[in-house]
This record gives sequence, structure tokens and C-alpha cells, in this order.
Amino acid sequence: MAKAIKISKNVQEGLFDFLKSLLEKEKISGVFTLKKMDDNGAVSYSLITSPDEFKNAVPLYPFMPVNAGKALSSFTLLGKTEEPIVAVLRPCELRAFVELVKRAQGDIENFLIISPTCGGVLSLNLMGDKNQDKMVSQYWISVKNAEISPDTRETCQFCENFLPLNADITVGTLGNKNLDKEFTLFLNSPKGEEFAKEASGSSVSEEIETKEINELKKKREELREKYFKETGKEGEGLKSLINTFASCLGCHGCSHVCPICYCTLCEFDSKTHEYQAASLSSDLKKKGGLKVPTGNLLFHIGRMTHMAVSCVSCGMCSDVCPVNIPVATVFSKVGSSLQEEFKYFPGKDIEEPAPQGTYKEDEFMKIGEQ
Amino acid sequence: MNDKYTPNIIGFLCNWCSYTGADLAGTSRMKIPPSLKTIRVMCSGRIDPLFVLKAFIKGADGVMMMGCHPGDCHYQKGNYNTRRRFVMLNSIFDILGLEKKRIGLWWVSASEATRFAQVTNEYNKEMEKLGPNPTAKEIFL
Repeated sequence: MAKAIKISKNVQEGLFDFLKSLLEKEKISGVFTLKKMDDNGAVSYSLITSPDEFKNAVPLYPFMPVNAGKALSSFTLLGKTEEPIVAVLRPCELRAFVELVKRAQGDIENFLIISPTCGGVLSLNLMGDKNQDKMVSQYWISVKNAEISPDTRETCQFCENFLPLNADITVGTLGNKNLDKEFTLFLNSPKGEEFAKEASGSSVSEEIETKEINELKKKREELREKYFKETGKEGEGLKSLINTFASCLGCHGCSHVCPICYCTLCEFDSKTHEYQAASLSSDLKKKGGLKVPTGNLLFHIGRMTHMAVSCVSCGMCSDVCPVNIPVATVFSKVGSSLQEEFKYFPGKDIEEPAPQGTYKEDEFMKIGEQ
Repeated sequence: MNDKYTPNIIGFLCNWCSYTGADLAGTSRMKIPPSLKTIRVMCSGRIDPLFVLKAFIKGADGVMMMGCHPGDCHYQKGNYNTRRRFVMLNSIFDILGLEKKRIGLWWVSASEATRFAQVTNEYNKEMEKLGPNPTAKEIFL
């Protein structure tokens, strides 16, 4: 049973009012959340410091235009924010931020983190769609019924880690059939409890992991197995990989939006991987043909060696791919396997170093002695 | 002309242990497969997983990583990192269905000339059995 506050309002309105009152009472100096940008449905993450500018804020709107963890890292690269800021993040974005903080790419100290039990986000290509409002309403119905919404990202559909870790306040949404009239804020930390005093609601003690949430987890696990089996069919190895990434343009959009890919100059954008004229002619003599741009598989598998172990399966990569390659599903699959091997869960424990930067003297003792 | 298939094997050997071990095997006139192309690195910890990956993608039939036994690294801790990197590569190859027999890590010390000869000969035989790496023929890779 967890300490919580029940607020008798629609979840979106209630959260909006809570955040606005924190701003007005100057308990925090800014709110980082989604804001409606225009009448065509475009939303963007924004840092709002004035209560007047807060009017179009839509926290928990089901889109992820950038991975918020990456955005927060860009504010705190040189140190923590000077004043406290509230950030509304999805569980995977929070995990991505924790992974970045581990790598000295951000500071989590002056944030009050609010995160929902997450029903996923809609695919970015639906932003600006003429049926956007209808899809958003249908999305909320799926959330209330703890069902998988088919308009959400593939990674969201099979995500089993939709309960936030390390959030100060968890917003209970999934499985709550009365979400239009009431919702619960779970207080996970002393900071959360302190700020929640501004919320007008009644103290309750409730379970985050309800029956509906556990059933949803099972459904998502089944879908995960199905997607993993279909992507990169087992045993077909090289051929299947080449087919999956055949239409890749080499735009590197996937790595640019990936929260874990933080390198200012990515190795794969640098001169190291530029094709030399001499190797070009030698390759053409040997093979008789070459895909251009070159280094397609080397880029993707190489990127896996760099970041897959910390992949939080947010799905930004698949969403931005101009040729609809299921990058996120492949990387999630590889990521899960690596995480199992190293017994590492990205974003769970901020004190635990990432696997690449550390070692144990007495691990994998059988390797190399054969 | 010998028409038997000879695999093309790339070996990344650390200077202080495995390369010296290979040298000793050579001066002791031990039989080493001529298909092995050795590349000396100062420490096995220098081996970037991308070296192994690129060699594999360019068509190497086998890629060997060799270094000092854990605890005996000339630079104290380099080979611990090598071990983790190899485990990662192995895991990636496994889950993607690529032929993981084509990459390997062996600890061979400077005095283990016999081990070097044994390991390389066995690996060469395995690569002969596996046949040419299909990546060599793939154009649109």
C-alpha cells in the first residue's frame, strides 16, 4: 500500500490545475511539460515559467515529440538547474534521463519528477492528422480499460516497464475507469509528499499495481514475444538483417533522436567511417557492386555495441525513420538480451554504473580459457 | 595448385602476451595455420568491438581476439574490459542470428606457445568446416 492523494477531477484537468498552482504559488520556478503549439494539433515539450503562459499546457497528452530525458539532459549538462523545476515525464523518458545522468550528461537534483502509469504514446505521424482529436479520445478509453491501443508506437504496445521508477509522484491512470472524475497521485518520496501538499485532494492509501495493471502486463508480454519473433526471424541471421535494414538511407535520424546516443560527434558521422576512394575501388573489384551509402549494417550493429545495453525502448528511432524500419523493435530485442547477460536494467538504479564502464574481476570466468 | 578452401582469419593479438606467445611458437618451429593474419595491438583492451565487427562484415571468415589471462594484463585492467566487450559482441551475434562461431576470445600468455598453436590450428579447422563467410558475397550490406 502506498501513500497517495485522490483528486476529484478529470486527470488532465486535475494535473493541469495542480501544476499551475505550484507555479502561481512560486513553489517551483518552472514546469517542463507538453504544450499545444497551434490549432493543428502540434505539441511540443516546453519549459514554462509564467502562469500566464501555462494556458495551453497539456501534460500527459499522448505524444512524444522528443525524448524528454534527452531534453532535460540538455538543460542540466553543465550542472543542476538553479531553481526547482517540475518535469512531467513518461517512465521510459525518466529511465533515459537516469541513464544520461549516470554518464555525466545531466543532473537530476533540482527536479520534481511526475510520471504516469503509462499507456504509451501515439505514433508521431498522427500529429496533425485530421482525426487527431478522435484518436486521442480513443487512446484515453484504452488507458481507462488498461487495454493496448493500436495507434500507439510498437514499443509502447509491447512495453512491460510502464510503471515509473524513481519518480517523486506517480499519476495513476491505467485501469482507472473513473479517470474522467477522479485520479490518484502516488507519493513516492519526501519531495513528492512535500509538493503534493498543494494538491487539493484527500489522503488515501492505495496499491499502484492493480489487477488491471497486471493483466495488461501479461497482454503486453505476449505481444512482445510475437513482435520479437517476427522481427529478424530466428535462424535467418544475416539475410534477415539485410532485409530489415535494406531501405535504410543512412540519415542517422535514429541515432540523432536516441536519448542514449549523446555523443557530440557520433563516430559514424565522423571521418572514421567515411568511405575512402581506394577502398571503394578495391571493393568494387572484389564484389562487383556496393550499396550507397555504404556501411549500413556496420552502422546499425555498431550502434548496438555502443548503446543497446542501455536501450530504454522509447521507440523514438522507429517513429522518425523515414522508411519505416522497425529500428526500435530490433534494438529492444538486442537490448533485452544484453541486459539479461549483464544483469543490468537501464534507468533503475542511478548508482549502478553502465556495463561498458565497469567490470568485475571474477565474472565470465569460463570465457577465453577454452 | 591447392584447391582446398583456406579460410581468411584475422587475429588481434596483444603485444605483451599473445603476440609474444605467437612469436615463441614461431621460433620454436611449431606449425601455425598460414591463414591467420595477425594484427598487433598493445593491449587486448585496445580492441574496439567495431574492429571485430568490421572484419566480419568485410568478409573475414574468422576473427580471433587474444590477450593476457585476467589478472596478468600488462596494463593491469585492460583485459577485463576486453572480456566484457567480447561477451557483448557474442550476445549481439547470438540474438541476431549471425554466426557467432566466427568470432572468439582466447587468453594466451607469452610462454604458452603450445596453446597458441593448438588454439589457432583448432580454430582454423573449425573455420574450414564452416566455410566462407556469407558477408563476403553480400553486396548490399
